[in-house]
Amino acid sequence: MTFLKTATLVAALFALGACTNADRFGPGSGNAAGGIGAAGSVDDPTSPAYFNAAVGDRVLFQVDQSTLTSEGQATLDGQASWLLTNVAYSALIEGHADEQGTQAYNLALGERRASTVQNYLISKGVAPNRLRIISYGKERPIEICSDEACYMQNRRAVTVITAGAGV
Amino acid sequence: MMKVLISLVLALTVAMPLVAQERSGPLRIEITEGVIEPVPIAVAPFLAENPAAADFARQITAVVSADLTGTGLFRDLPREAYISQVTGFDAPVAYADWKAINAEALVVGTVTLTSDSKLLIKFRLFDIFTGQPLGEGLQFAGGTGSWRRVAHKVADQVYSRITGEGGYFDSRVVYVESTGPKNDRKKRLAIMDYDGANVQYLTDASSIVLAPRFSPTGDRVLFTSYESGFPQIYELAVGQVEKRALGLDAGAMTFAPRYAPDGRTVVYSEARGGNTDLFRLDLNTGERTRLTSAPSIETAPDFSPDGSQIVFESDRSGNQQLYVMPAGGGEPKRISFGQGRYGTPVWSPRGDFVAFTKQNAGRFHIGVMRSDGSAERLLTASFLDEGPTWAPNGRVLMFTRESAGADGQPALFSVDISGRNLKRVATSTAASDPAWSPLLP
Repeated sequence: MTFLKTATLVAALFALGACTNADRFGPGSGNAAGGIGAAGSVDDPTSPAYFNAAVGDRVLFQVDQSTLTSEGQATLDGQASWLLTNVAYSALIEGHADEQGTQAYNLALGERRASTVQNYLISKGVAPNRLRIISYGKERPIEICSDEACYMQNRRAVTVITAGAGV
Repeated sequence: MMKVLISLVLALTVAMPLVAQERSGPLRIEITEGVIEPVPIAVAPFLAENPAAADFARQITAVVSADLTGTGLFRDLPREAYISQVTGFDAPVAYADWKAINAEALVVGTVTLTSDSKLLIKFRLFDIFTGQPLGEGLQFAGGTGSWRRVAHKVADQVYSRITGEGGYFDSRVVYVESTGPKNDRKKRLAIMDYDGANVQYLTDASSIVLAPRFSPTGDRVLFTSYESGFPQIYELAVGQVEKRALGLDAGAMTFAPRYAPDGRTVVYSEARGGNTDLFRLDLNTGERTRLTSAPSIETAPDFSPDGSQIVFESDRSGNQQLYVMPAGGGEPKRISFGQGRYGTPVWSPRGDFVAFTKQNAGRFHIGVMRSDGSAERLLTASFLDEGPTWAPNGRVLMFTRESAGADGQPALFSVDISGRNLKRVATSTAASDPAWSPLLP
């Protein structure tokens, strides 16, 4: 469960992050509501905590790319089936970029990544009105070294589960 | 690079024609590895005309000297080297004494604090080697709170008369102050004098703010904020706390705004469905016009000084490159063709150059090129240089330089368009996203 470890670490790192959306559960960009990870138990398959830990809340991208890897597609297949089962939730998909790029371009690139994830989930049957997207560009790295080891973790799209059946 | 250095030397020569000829020995403007030996000048201590003006006189002298030496073009001779002292505003100048210590120019000034607490500042500039005043004497008046601005205005006059270029010291910079570690940055908009003095905050640090831009008159600022939870463009009036959202489509991300020279048109990027395009907005009517409709990323737009064209970046060719198109939209023409990726183009207020950020082989550069893409020149290189902004005279650029690693922090730097005089701008905290104001009225 290396992924669970990462998610917990992320939540801890961002415990003090500004919260822009009170009803969100995931660690996402680092705005974890309570600072202790997603709501519910990781053992409860219907909980956002389970989504983050077991399904996987994020996909990673190659440098300056927004196409999904096969690993990313597998993660998103899991996300789609979870969302199709747990209809009381919707999702905010956050697109992020690493620091190797200019600010405005990275905002656009993050939006492109989030949109790719959104489109993939819609293609798997998730209702469009349950999926919103946002880009943080390079504003919210989760890893802070200036090496590829960190960059690859920062080039991500994170599906943040929120309460509510969509808009 | 040589070209600009030479034209700079020419400017100095034109300003002091006789000097250049007579100074075959003493004038040591040398072009070596892009470095010019600073010209020695004497900024004589401004004389206080009454005791109450003494502190102001000392501080104004210090700011005038700092402005001029900060350009890298001048060296202020130490007072200990003076053979004769300036005894009065109208006292005859002992040219031989100043010549003897190699001063090329002498700045003389007086400061009076009037009974109604106004400052009167007079100054004169002398060319030592011609033995003539360089331009007329000038007088400035202002409240005691404006002593820095008056000092900047004096320095602008001196700089302008000697170089033939417009001044830039009496100007401000709006930027993003950044505190906290890299993975939990708190950002707020701040504004300061070009030299880092008089910092004021325009927003609190409760949400991410990005890329503030001055209006052509310097009294308003456009920026991007996540205040609503979503990146949107806001405008605020400098000196007032109130800000307003531009009222663009709340369902789409909007960012990278920039005023047109008319101050009432704004060009910006909107991202929707994985595609970022350029739009323009009429601030008076609220009318929006789409300028591009390509499946690629179009962002970082800026107007030409006459408002007729827009320079922007696009990855339509496969990676980021610079393009120019008519301000109303139309077929873009690619202008960048070198190795690497080009972004964040900004048109010089003089119209002669476009400055940009370039990424190549893992390094970032600030560079300039002509607006047709010719004469590309890189001015800096580092782990991360980004987002140039022009000084009002179009001869100096300020930009963000960020250091690498877990402790990496952004800072503001400036550099001449010749690539000379690269230096950090004094800010008390980490800072990024500078935008230089026009020269203040």
